[in-house]
Amino acid sequence: MGRATAIGRVRGLGSAKSGTGHWWLQRVTAAGNLILVLWFIVSLVRLPGLQYAAVTEWLRQPVAAVPMLLLITSVFWHFRLGLQVFIEDYLHEEGSKLLALLALNFYALAGAAVGVFCVLKIALGAA
Amino acid sequence: MAEFSLPANSKIKPTGKRYAAPAGATNVRAFKVYRWNPDDGANPHFDTYELDLETTGPMVLDALIRIKAEVDPTLTFRRSCREGICGSCSMNIDGTNGLACTTAIEDIKGEVKITPLPHMEVVKDLVPDFKMFYAQYASIKPWLQTVTPAPSGEERLQTVEDRSKIDGLYECILCACCSTACPSYWWNSDKFLGPAILLQAYRWLADSRDEMTGERLDMLEDPFRLYRCHTIMNCANVCPKGLNPAKAIAEIKKMMVERAV
Ligand code: SF4
Ligand code: SF4
Ligand code: FES
Repeated sequence: MGRATAIGRVRGLGSAKSGTGHWWLQRVTAAGNLILVLWFIVSLVRLPGLQYAAVTEWLRQPVAAVPMLLLITSVFWHFRLGLQVFIEDYLHEEGSKLLALLALNFYALAGAAVGVFCVLKIALGAA
Repeated sequence: MAEFSLPANSKIKPTGKRYAAPAGATNVRAFKVYRWNPDDGANPHFDTYELDLETTGPMVLDALIRIKAEVDPTLTFRRSCREGICGSCSMNIDGTNGLACTTAIEDIKGEVKITPLPHMEVVKDLVPDFKMFYAQYASIKPWLQTVTPAPSGEERLQTVEDRSKIDGLYECILCACCSTACPSYWWNSDKFLGPAILLQAYRWLADSRDEMTGERLDMLEDPFRLYRCHTIMNCANVCPKGLNPAKAIAEIKKMMVERAV
């Protein structure tokens, strides 16, 4: 890599040929979050009560469980994409950057998995 | 980590000199100017120069020229056209990036504080090092590129409508006021091209005569080169030519999505 000259440094390793997918998905998941969070709030408001029984009863229905799974996926995905940008902005040391990105991916994936599992347990479990 | 404090040798020491206004001055204004000399090994400091505005030209550049000519010939800054077209005199005036030659002293309240463009290496006093900035400019190949051979004996024609698509882009004077006001450029100027260069890149993407659009987009398709822009809009706020680099960047992203989605 031509580190010796300014042009060499700017050309660096070349373009990564990616970035648009990330940027676009961040917008798509933002739109998804907006719609699904609105749905979530409206649904909660319309419930007769917010006790455990009332909420699980509601979540057992497919029309509630499916959007709920989508909400969890969209929120965790958006969170992952957003925080990745933050890490790339501020962490410049390659080692700590890689570690932070790994931790972020594990956390987002695990969080989403736990959420999905909980919804499925309620939706598919015995009443 | 991104650096939030100045390196030890760049910290500003409170050791500056004060040059009093000439006797009999009626309209005194102080100019507090950043000074750093690579040859004396000392940290930077501010010197304060008092001028009589009654006998000084109206712009900040007039004041700097007067200081250099009459008070302190060691003061170093760049200027050429003194009418906002060469882009040499960009600096930070009263906390905002701008051209010294088009910034009126009258519009600034109190002491006029002048520092070099933020987050650039300093060559001396108010002169920042543009080496990387120019290398970034070169990297976008800022010239017309075609596959079709040049027409012999005639110009490459463009309709009036197509020509108007580079309005708001061709006027850029590469002063770097926008790039050095952009937080994303501060943290990642080694990889992010910054608003000035991306506006220039879009100038060629928007040109109906250019045939290398795909190659130009390939070069920009990168999480750092292009996608560090988070639409903070500082660039559009400071451009002394009233251009909107943020909008040009948004247009590039639109082209990227158009070819991918
Ligand atoms: S809009 Fe983009 S380029 Fe302009 S200041 Fe903000 S981040 Fe920088
Ligand atoms: S877009 Fe404006 S601020 Fe940026 S380099 Fe060009 S003229 Fe200067
Ligand atoms: S001296 Fe040319 S832009 Fe100010």
